[in-house]
Amino acid sequence: MSLDLSPLDRELLSGAHGGGAAFAMRLLARFAEAVGALGFIDIEAAHVDGCLYLGRASLDFVLKLTDLGGKVRVPTTLNVGSLDLIHPELFRGPKEDAENGARLMRAHVELGCAPTFTCAPYQSVHRPRFGAQIAWGESNAIAFANSVIGARTNRYGDFIDLCCAMTGRAPAYGLHLTENRAARALVEVVSIPDGWDLEQVAVAVGHTIGRRCGGLVPAIVGLPSGASEDDLKALGAAAASSGAVALFHAVGLTPEAPDLETACGGVAPEFHLRLTVDDLRQAARSLSSVADGAPLGAVSLGTPHFSLAEFTRLMPLLDGPRPLADIWINCSRATLGELRERGWEERLRAARVTIVADTCVYIGTLTRIGAGAVMTNSGKCAYYAPANLGVEVAYGSLAECVASARAGKVVRL
Amino acid sequence: MSARAFGAATLVPGAAAGAPLLLDEPLSFWGGLDPALGTIIDRRHPQHGANVADRMLMMPAGRGSSGGSAILAEALRLGKGPAGILMLERDAIVVVGAMVAAELYGCACPVALASEGDWRALAAAARLAVEAGPDGAAISADF
Repeated sequence: MSLDLSPLDRELLSGAHGGGAAFAMRLLARFAEAVGALGFIDIEAAHVDGCLYLGRASLDFVLKLTDLGGKVRVPTTLNVGSLDLIHPELFRGPKEDAENGARLMRAHVELGCAPTFTCAPYQSVHRPRFGAQIAWGESNAIAFANSVIGARTNRYGDFIDLCCAMTGRAPAYGLHLTENRAARALVEVVSIPDGWDLEQVAVAVGHTIGRRCGGLVPAIVGLPSGASEDDLKALGAAAASSGAVALFHAVGLTPEAPDLETACGGVAPEFHLRLTVDDLRQAARSLSSVADGAPLGAVSLGTPHFSLAEFTRLMPLLDGPRPLADIWINCSRATLGELRERGWEERLRAARVTIVADTCVYIGTLTRIGAGAVMTNSGKCAYYAPANLGVEVAYGSLAECVASARAGKVVRL
Repeated sequence: MSARAFGAATLVPGAAAGAPLLLDEPLSFWGGLDPALGTIIDRRHPQHGANVADRMLMMPAGRGSSGGSAILAEALRLGKGPAGILMLERDAIVVVGAMVAAELYGCACPVALASEGDWRALAAAARLAVEAGPDGAAISADF
């Protein structure tokens, strides 16, 4: 199998654009062959998920590129790192890991990446446009970019997202191509539990889609029309945790799905899933490993990073008695800046809230959680926290999380 | 002892030899392999507890998180990775991990695509030697 290389691709390989680009292009060519791509396309932007320190090899890879004097060729944002550079005192691991983690984050910035350190780059000025070809890492960001924005990326990860950034090229395959973006599974939300907010519906639907739809792109009908971007963020994050969902269509809500026929590209779906009240309740229950009333160690919000709109929803809920359990909230440093401008940081601190920027509590490098379960409104956090943090988890709505923090135990509303 | 030759396609070039280790199911290196020891730590995997170090790893397909590339590269860096990898399906995660280890550390871990019809015979060999070049790979099996 031979790749169809453009004149630019050949220049990149030959080293005409520097040793870093040549190294990245060599790797990208192998990758393209392995995924069966026939050539490359230009990308407008990249989001690199390489700042978590997982071992020496990940650091050596980036240092090799900086040693070669490499620079990214397209605007590139960075995903979370192993530590919060704004609040470094929060780190609770070996000193060597903190040093290597910080070094890894700085090395990416040296390559010309923007120090965003967020898993929600779509909340920022770096948000891609509809139809943009991009190369993004981080599963929730990939699902959001493809589904909610209508930008085009595959599930890039480990080393390859950075290679795309260093070359401005991506292999022409998968979700970059129109023919692979049509829905193949139909998910019908038939009924919704009374009293649930839209975020709970989104998490339960997302969690179920991830488990049941395999590699098929789903088209969802029956989601309430009031679903916000944050609800769709929660849906995508849950689906990309319990499964490998990189693109979903929510009919009437997302840009490539004005109606079901368009979402499916005019072809009848090969798989059909009906979700009722019972299915959604079951999905939500499966995300909790403790019973109601269980003692709470902490509440964790903002997986993916909390948006300003979510803080706006949270603030009135915090009025009242001081919580008995700590509340951790992950957000980007850009959102942290907005909180400061609004003077909300003090109010949050008074309500036992610790803001974490640049990283995420569920990665497990930050905090020793007190005895008890961790409660979250995030399907993604509920999915990963038991293994990453070694804790029991309770999933609930945002209001339930706050009420539970106040009571020091899992409360249902 | 007898020897037999088999053809294969090159995914990552290099030359290596070792005793085959056949995986009955795809393995996600991320969460499935301890890179410091080379041990398969996924408790649900049929070969849980086996060690991949210096073996000719026969895994029909890849699986799981893209974090697997970094884990494979780290295992190869530490000398606890497989000698080479034979597959039946192309897998980008495995290819990237082996490529990065070759580029950074000069650890040759050839990856080759074998034929389904040869798979059982390959697994029965006492030792497999792979030479994966730009124009294809040759596997020689000692029985």
